Amino acid sequence: MQSIIKDGQIVQDGWQILRADAEGQYPAVAPDVDVIIPLSQWLADKASWLARSGKTAVWLAPADDPQRLAADLAALPLVAVDFPAFTDGRGYSLGRLLRERYSYAGELRALGDVWVDLLHYLWQVGFNAFEIKDGKAIDTALSGYDTFTERYQSTHREPVPLFRRRVTSL
Amino acid sequence: MYRYDEVDHRIVRERVEQFRDQTQRFLAGQLSEDEFRPLRLMNGLYVQRHAPMLRVAIPYGHLASHQLRKLAHIARQYDKSYAHLTTRQNIQFNWPELARVPDILAELAEVEMHAIQTSGNCVRNTTTDAFAGVAQDELLDPRAYCEIIRQWSTLHPEFAFLPRKFKIAVSGSVEDRAATQVHDIGLHVVRNEAGEVGFKVIVGGGLGRTPIVGEVVKSFLPTRHLLTYLDAVLRVYNRFGRRDNKYKARIKILVKAMTVEAFAAKVEDEWLHLKDGPSTLRDVDVAHYASFFIDPDYEQLSANPPEFSSKLAEEPAFARWVERNTRLHKRAGYRSVVLSLKKTGVPPGDISAEQMDAAADWADRFGYGELRVAHEQNLILPDVRESDLYEVWQLAKSQGFATPNIGLLTDIICCPGGDFCSLANARSIPVAEAIQTRFEDLDYLFDLGDIDCNFSGCMNACGHHHIGNIGILGVDKNGEEWYQITLGGSQGSHTTIGKVIGPSFAQADVPLAFEKIMTVYLEQRAAGERFIETVRRIGLDPFKERVYAKHH
Repeated sequence: MQSIIKDGQIVQDGWQILRADAEGQYPAVAPDVDVIIPLSQWLADKASWLARSGKTAVWLAPADDPQRLAADLAALPLVAVDFPAFTDGRGYSLGRLLRERYSYAGELRALGDVWVDLLHYLWQVGFNAFEIKDGKAIDTALSGYDTFTERYQSTHREPVPLFRRRVTSL
Repeated sequence: MYRYDEVDHRIVRERVEQFRDQTQRFLAGQLSEDEFRPLRLMNGLYVQRHAPMLRVAIPYGHLASHQLRKLAHIARQYDKSYAHLTTRQNIQFNWPELARVPDILAELAEVEMHAIQTSGNCVRNTTTDAFAGVAQDELLDPRAYCEIIRQWSTLHPEFAFLPRKFKIAVSGSVEDRAATQVHDIGLHVVRNEAGEVGFKVIVGGGLGRTPIVGEVVKSFLPTRHLLTYLDAVLRVYNRFGRRDNKYKARIKILVKAMTVEAFAAKVEDEWLHLKDGPSTLRDVDVAHYASFFIDPDYEQLSANPPEFSSKLAEEPAFARWVERNTRLHKRAGYRSVVLSLKKTGVPPGDISAEQMDAAADWADRFGYGELRVAHEQNLILPDVRESDLYEVWQLAKSQGFATPNIGLLTDIICCPGGDFCSLANARSIPVAEAIQTRFEDLDYLFDLGDIDCNFSGCMNACGHHHIGNIGILGVDKNGEEWYQITLGGSQGSHTTIGKVIGPSFAQADVPLAFEKIMTVYLEQRAAGERFIETVRRIGLDPFKERVYAKHH
């Protein structure tokens, strides 16, 4: 079990993440484990993964095309996006696409190089769960939600951009 | 000019507090150097040769007199009583102390200023024509759109970590004075045949290591679609721009790799999903932002009043300054005055706290309390009555602001170079000064006429050397500073990338090479032909032959 942030609270979480090792091989996954697997593994053999007693979810790498997951989204208990480096911002676009184009409504989790300073933007583009990077404080990370109380753009959390709300309120 | 409401103030204050917290955590060892670097860059803070450098945003070059006074105060209080105007209409402080930067930002926030996204791999300060709103050749005022883009780009949650920096420029005049063709996105405010206002969208221009003139991806984008279209372009870039090599990470490389047609098609496909969504601008939204840029109460004046004409006739030095350092205004009897920051002996673009205070006072006394920063690194008083020009000239002279060289060879666009910047291969300031000294004779300088001279201390091309009629690039040869000269570049409506004339020069030889180039021009020019026109007509060979001729 590990602590993660989900829907604004620190919760215990039992999902394991399947990642390739240095040689590109995937370790075996016990049948009763809840596991988040890479998109390639999911697309290669959905049926076997679903036949297990444990739950299966999918994580996207920055270069993955979320459209390849579109048909499965309604049935997935969780989708994650990996941030191998926090400076790689592709995952923010993936978050918006999953939420806004493919109408994904389930848990959307940010993995990898994720910490307090990134939480606000991740939340705005649609992520609602965050695995905070090892070595970074999780309790203080909650403050990341409140860094900004307003924003200019249309986002998943507030689709009506500020300029429209501004003029309407005049 | 735009004024903050409560929300704008709050967002900037919250950014200051966020940055204060980030700085404290860095100083306390809770954020590593690698973690703090992108965060501080996104707030305009570089670590330079001598000290941190803080770049403060001047949105599309618009500055109110009270803001300039605040910048003067910051220069005195936190720095060495001067600052530097940049080619992207921003201002830089070279000597602040890291721990005091949050206090500087808090002071800036009081006057509706900030350092948000003045560096880093995010959308940078939007730039435009420094004469927007007052230029005689303006078709449409771009400033409302600049402000709309500024707000859209500020802390955009999807685009905070792009592959590389991203620069947008907007132009609304006949002559493009915003270098839109060498920006990641260049927008021209235009009217279509039906009279509808919209934008011509140019993507993929840029200087740096791979200078490329941008290409049109959409010839007419109706105004209401501006932000959804920008979102589509940025999303395609964010997802597909290269991240494996920072020298190939700008959008221009993506556009070239995909071809402009394929890139445009990809954007169009993305845009179809965003078009007519919540970010669509209504007329009432545009009107709200345009309401901040209505004309001040101009007086009904006639052009060339007698007190102005007589001074022009009496004093050739005044006439010379008027010719070079003022621009025609859309209203009769007014001019825009360019205060030259290109005096010999002062690093190009540097401005002292005293000069800032003086210019702020003149903006109040002779205008409507506004100033502009030009991307050529000069300061502008946009609205001066012609009848006041003589007095403004005398005041400007008293502050070292009146060198009559705007658009001439010594009006050098120049990066801070190796004296300050840790990226530079070579120093630019002493070489720029040597050139200015060589061409100090005003009769000679005036005879040479319009010449854009642009100088960069390294391949990053902050001094825009590729689009100088004559450009200089600092290069490193075995640890020594050398200088490459390019000819034939130009900015504006006919943007061209200059060509290197040959092997680079040692520092001491640059002024002589310039002199030889100018001699060829004077020998070869047809009547009334400007330098760039002669270069285009006769090509580079006559210049190369003269510059590299062997001595016997």
